[in-house]
Formats: sequence, structure tokens, C-alpha cells
Amino acid sequence: MGEALPVAGRERQRAVAQALRAILPERAVLWQEEDTRPYECDGLTAYRRVPMVVALPETEAQVQEVLRTCHALKVPVVPRGAGTGLSGGALPPGDGVLLSLAKFMRIVRVDPVARIAVVQPGVRNLAISDAAAPYGLYYAPDPSSQIACTIGGNVAENSGGVHCLKYGLTVHNVLRVRGFAADGEPLDFGAEALDAPGLDLLALVIGSEGMLAVATEITVKLLPRPPAARVVMASFDDLQKAGDAVAAVIAAGIIPAGLEMMDRPATRAVEEFVGAGYDLEAAAILLCEADGLPEEVEEEIAKVKEVLTRAGATRLTVSRDEAERLRFWSGRKAAFPAMGRISPDYYCMDGTIPRKRLGEVLGFIGELERKYKLRCPNVFHAGDGNLHPLILFDANSAEELGRTEAFAAEVLEKCIAVGGTITGEHGVGVEKINEMCAQFRAEELELFHAVKRAYDPAGLLNPGKAVPTLSRCAEFGRMHVHGGKLAHPGLPRF
Amino acid sequence: MPEAFAERIREAAARGTRLRLRGGGSKDFYGGAPRGEVLDTRSHAGIVDYEPTELVVTARCGTPLAELEGALAAQGQMLAFEPPHFGSGATLGGCVAAGLSGPRRAAAGALRDFVLGARLIDGRARELGFGGRVMKNVAGYDVSRLLAGSLGTLGLILEVSLKVLPRPAAEHSLRLELPQDKALESLNRWAGTPLPVSASAWRDGELCVRLSGAERAVQAAAQKLGGEALGVADAARFWSGIREQTDPWFGGEAPLWRLSVASAAAPLELAGAQLIEWGGGLRWLRSGAEAASVRAAAARAGGHATLFRGGDKATGVFAPLAPALARLHRELKAAFDPAGVFNPGRLYPDF
Repeated sequence: MGEALPVAGRERQRAVAQALRAILPERAVLWQEEDTRPYECDGLTAYRRVPMVVALPETEAQVQEVLRTCHALKVPVVPRGAGTGLSGGALPPGDGVLLSLAKFMRIVRVDPVARIAVVQPGVRNLAISDAAAPYGLYYAPDPSSQIACTIGGNVAENSGGVHCLKYGLTVHNVLRVRGFAADGEPLDFGAEALDAPGLDLLALVIGSEGMLAVATEITVKLLPRPPAARVVMASFDDLQKAGDAVAAVIAAGIIPAGLEMMDRPATRAVEEFVGAGYDLEAAAILLCEADGLPEEVEEEIAKVKEVLTRAGATRLTVSRDEAERLRFWSGRKAAFPAMGRISPDYYCMDGTIPRKRLGEVLGFIGELERKYKLRCPNVFHAGDGNLHPLILFDANSAEELGRTEAFAAEVLEKCIAVGGTITGEHGVGVEKINEMCAQFRAEELELFHAVKRAYDPAGLLNPGKAVPTLSRCAEFGRMHVHGGKLAHPGLPRF
Repeated sequence: MPEAFAERIREAAARGTRLRLRGGGSKDFYGGAPRGEVLDTRSHAGIVDYEPTELVVTARCGTPLAELEGALAAQGQMLAFEPPHFGSGATLGGCVAAGLSGPRRAAAGALRDFVLGARLIDGRARELGFGGRVMKNVAGYDVSRLLAGSLGTLGLILEVSLKVLPRPAAEHSLRLELPQDKALESLNRWAGTPLPVSASAWRDGELCVRLSGAERAVQAAAQKLGGEALGVADAARFWSGIREQTDPWFGGEAPLWRLSVASAAAPLELAGAQLIEWGGGLRWLRSGAEAASVRAAAARAGGHATLFRGGDKATGVFAPLAPALARLHRELKAAFDPAGVFNPGRLYPDF
């Protein structure tokens, strides 16, 4: 549980709430603990902090006023969408304002000819595709939380999904972001055209974890819904073989719409939960989807079958109809909730690695399972190298939580060591901020801070997230000694 | 080599000298007139890492673009954004700094969409790395994508990792007689259906369309669209002419404007000839019209205009920025290049 506000902060709380009440309707300013506690965490529930004040503006003018007011009072502001993020990016500041964009739920415009949708940030990801469906169009990025997560949060995190190898991430599918800087100045990045003059500030704001600007209107690209889709489910008796099969698919010149892998512990957990029809004897299964025109899909599926057979698949099943296709996917999509059934808690990781190192990294995770005496099923966006190891643990045991964190840290460091990254799509937030010290050098972190200052010189927007301070890294480096070397040997130690 | 570059940059920053970062010089014409002492990047060349099954290539800035594309083609892969070279000397560094994409852009994405990571030397002569060599990476701000199209104003791009894609199994180009409004209408309608259109170019009442993808899908689409088929060699020549602006339409002395607009925008009422690419999203204009009227027309169509070649650069090459964005540009420039060493005036006069 997050801690309630210390008495010393009460006066400040009253002053900030009062200032916001002057510009927002009464119901749009929350400060009583019973009202603010629901905002104490996002999808990463291990970190909780009750916000000092919650603001729920409904108009762009109100957002601007909230930002101006907070800027004048030097109060930190943390923007929040649906709160489904997995890295604590929307963890509130105990001494600041949580700015909820939940009331920005309007789809402003769907233009089927230009194939764009203009939406407010609180619109759910899936709601955009629903609104576009009558025109045969959809919004491509589909994070697994798409029924709940908002497009504003997707922009902040540069969210992906199971189809991003072929259709891209949020950054590839957003044309324009309108919003405000930390001091309330209006900003407009991108355009309805395919590019905008000057530096690509649209690319910079996407994935900036709510630290550079607050988005209030987003224009996304819509794509024609592929008329056909089929998925091949393939079994492998060895993880490395499954990994090599993925490389073989790519080498054959195929870019599948989706290419997912699950290991046996993962398939067993989900099979019990949803009955997707997975081969429970296989060491790993691959799901490989083709979409497009029916002729295209037929051609691609035939090629995929041939490649996977040659790569040593022990069993191959092709979805015969839409119901079966959805059933094959149901297990993958239910992977996280299924873990919730077999373990009190699970810790989802998000490293990305070059695909060719898959066997090595999975082997390493297997060793860590034995070292830390914790189970860790693996689901994997195989097409783009994004791993989601799920460490199963019991948060009621502080000792077990400690082992889990140490386990996770070793996995992330391995991802960096093989040339990958600590986060493929969930963001750094507060969760992986220490690992940022291992992935980036002090000079690079300094540049990130300089970028932040360009947008928010007072450092009030989502402070303390995504980019660690150098002193934090100095401290972290002292704790984590790699191969006898400190992560930042040149830094002063505190 | 990076050490020598860093030394030059350190010296320049200390002495207040300006540096003009230059690869093959194939894009010297683009942007504000180049100023400063030339720092030639071509000595830092070569493919660092290329694993076709990872769909990623990493190469140094001085690598000739033709060499890089040749290495990819040998593995049946390509740079899907189909970058223009504008000369035989084009290098990867210049390609990324210019940020320009070719005919496949509307279908496959822009250069910036394929940038996965970069190493650069900033104005403090520090060698920095951002992004990486993997498809998905959200650690830290997306600085490597910001370098795409920065015209070398933020730093010397040393090395870039790009996502690559397989070459399509089949391609077919066709020609249709269509007036501009009908061509725009058709292009936007097709883009809303799953037709595998990978490029389009309209000029002088004639629309050329390229279809790319699986053999049977391309055949089916070709049948649906009809028109006159282009032979393989003719098609290759045509699309190369559009991409490299060697097509006769680009000849002559009239200023060339590049208008990036909403694809569905109605035909632009501007004096001069137009050539339309990217399904309607890119409109080239040959016109001596006043800069202000060209920019206003582009803005009304949801976009912006660039004085691409020729004309009077004194009125500015790129569309002026709104004050808030102009301020962010200045602040970012100061963060990357506090002494203003790199490519002064190339992107904006005060920048």
C-alpha cells in the first residue's frame, strides 16, 4: 500500500487543491484519500504512492489551466490514461498532481477517405478500430491490453503489439499529436501530411513516457482491414529449434503478420485456463499468422508450412476458420491472466534481444530459475525479438520479492549483454530506471536530461521517471558490480 | 576515425569555427546553402553488422548507399523506404541526415520509420549511442529517429542501424489515363482497400501505379486495376526516374517545390506543373509562384511546402515553424550542439 500524505504536506495539498478548484469543476478535483487512493498505482502494482491531488479536466482549456497553475506553484504533474502501463510510468508523485485524461474519451473524427482518425487521448485503443470498422479500416498497433489501454498511454509508451513486425509500433501509426508543454504552452507535432517541417519532434514525443508534453488530441493512421488471415501453429521439441525456425521464416522472405512463441510452462498454464488446443508435449510452440488478400495468405501459409517443416516442426496445424484462428490466439492473449491463476503474483519482463541469441538467453533464464528457485514461463514476440519472461512469485513474502527482483535484474543485464535492450514496449517508468544506468553511459543520460530540459526546464512533468539521475546511477553502480567493473567508473561516488 | 572527427569538432567548438558535415555531396543542393569548413565523413565507411535473418543492418556513415543497397539485394532484401541517391556519391550518413524517402514511402514507411539506432558525435565531441540493433526498443528518448532529417544540425552521424525488409516476390507496374482529380480520388480509394499498391506517380494526365507483393496477389490486383502494363525494364527506369528526379518532368530551370499534404486534399490551385506521388500525399510543383502563396496552399491542404531545388532560398527553404516549435528547435540545438558547430543555416537560418 502506498503511504498516505505526511502531515507536513497537508497545507500544500490544500493550497494546490484550492488553486485547481478555481479552474475546474468541483467534482474534477480529488484530494480526499478515499478518492485519490484508486490512483496510487498503474499496472505495475508493486509500486504505489497516493497522489496529493488528482485533477480530471474535460477540456483542452482546462488541461492548459491545470498545467499553468501547477507550473506557477512548482507542483509536479503526472499524466495518466487508463493506468494499464506495466512500468510504473503513471506512478503518482506524493507531492504532486495526477493529471487524469480519462475524460477525454471522444472520437473527434473518422475520415475514411483520408484513412485517419482524430481522437482524444482517453479513447481506448480498441475503440478506434471499432469506430473505423464500418469503413473496413482499423488501427494497427494492438497491445494485449487494447480493450482497456488508451491511445494517450500508447503514445507515451510507443506501445507495440503482436502485429508490429509487419505493421509497426505506435510511432509508425501516429501522424500528429497535439497537446501542451509542462508550462501550458500549446504544442502541435506532426501533421495530417506524411511529414512536417523541421526536426521530427513527433518521433521524439512518442515513447517519451509523458515527460515532454501532455497529449490532448491524437491523429492516427487507419489501415484497410486484411480480408483474410490464417495462423499456423507449430510444435517443436527443442527451444533452440523453434528459435531457428523463426530465423528460417524471415530468411525465406516472409514477414508474418504475427509470430509468437511460448514455452511449455507457458502453454501448460494457459491451456488449463482457456483450452486453446496447444500441444502440451512440445518444448515450444510457434504461432505464425499470415494476413492480406486471400491469394496472398494462401501463398504465404504454404511457404510457412514448408519452412517450418524443414526447420523440424513436430506438429503443424493451420487454422481452418476464423473461430479456430481466434482460439489459437486466445491462449497467447490469455498468457498473463493465466499466470495469475497459477501463482499469487507474476513479474512480467520486457527485454528485446537479437533473435539469434534466443536459445542462449532462454537457457540462461532456465539457470536463473534454478538459482533463485522461482518458476519463469516465457512468452515471446518472436518476430521482433521481444521477450516476456514471467517470473512467478508471492508478493507477501518480502524475501521472495527480493529474489524476483534480483532474477529480473539479471535477465535485463543479459539482454543488454547480448546487444538488446531492457525494454521493448513497456517503457522504463520507475521499474527499470536502475537498468538504464547499465544500458546507457553517463554522457548519453546527460543528453536525455538536456532533451528533457528543452521541453520542461523546471522538471515538473512526470519527474523521476524513465531517465535516472547520474547520482542514482552512481549509487546503483555501487550495488551492481559487473565483472569487477563498476557501471560508471568515471563518476563521483556518494 | 571517430577520434579524428571528435578532435576536429572539439577544436571547432573551442575556436568558434563552423563545420559543414559532408559525405558524397549529392544533396548539397538541399536545404539552406552549406556553410563552414568541410568535414568529409567518407573515410568512416563499411557495413559493421548485417544478419539478414535479424532484418537489421548496421553501417558507418561514409558507406556508399549503392554499396549498402547492393549488399542487401544480394540477400534478397532492401531499404523499404527506397531512398533517393541524387548522385553516385550518396552515403548512408547523408541519406539519414537528409531523411528523404522514395516512391515506396506511402506504402512502406519513411526513412525515420526504419531507423533503429545510431551513434553520433555531438557538439561537445562526445561519442554517443542511442537506440540499438533490435526491432523494439523504448529505453530512453528516441534520439536516433530525431537524427533522421536533421540535416546534420544535431551532430555527426557515425553509424546507423536500419530495419530492412525482404524484396517483394513480384512487382507489376501499369499506366492509366486519368485527370488529376480522378487520379487522386482513385489513389485514396485504393489505399482504403487491401490492394498491394507500393508506388504511384501522376503527371500530365497519366497515372503510373506499382503493385508489389505475393505473385498471385499482384496478378489479381493488376487485373482489377487494368490499364496498360509496363515492361520490367521500362518500369524500373520509370520509378528510378521519379525517385532520382531524372525523369524529364524534373528537367528545366523552374523552381521545384515539394508539397507534403494530406493525401486526400483536392487538387492544389497553383500555377505551374504538378507531379503527384505517395497516393496524393506528395505533390511536386514546378512554379515561379511566390513562396508565400505556395506555402499557404500547402497549409490549406494540411501540410507544408519546401523549396526543394532552385528558386530564391532567401525566403527560406523549409516552412517556418510555429513559435513554440521554433523555441524547442533552438533548445534542442543547444542541447546537442551548444557552440553551433554543425551545419549552420542548413535547416533554418538561425539554427
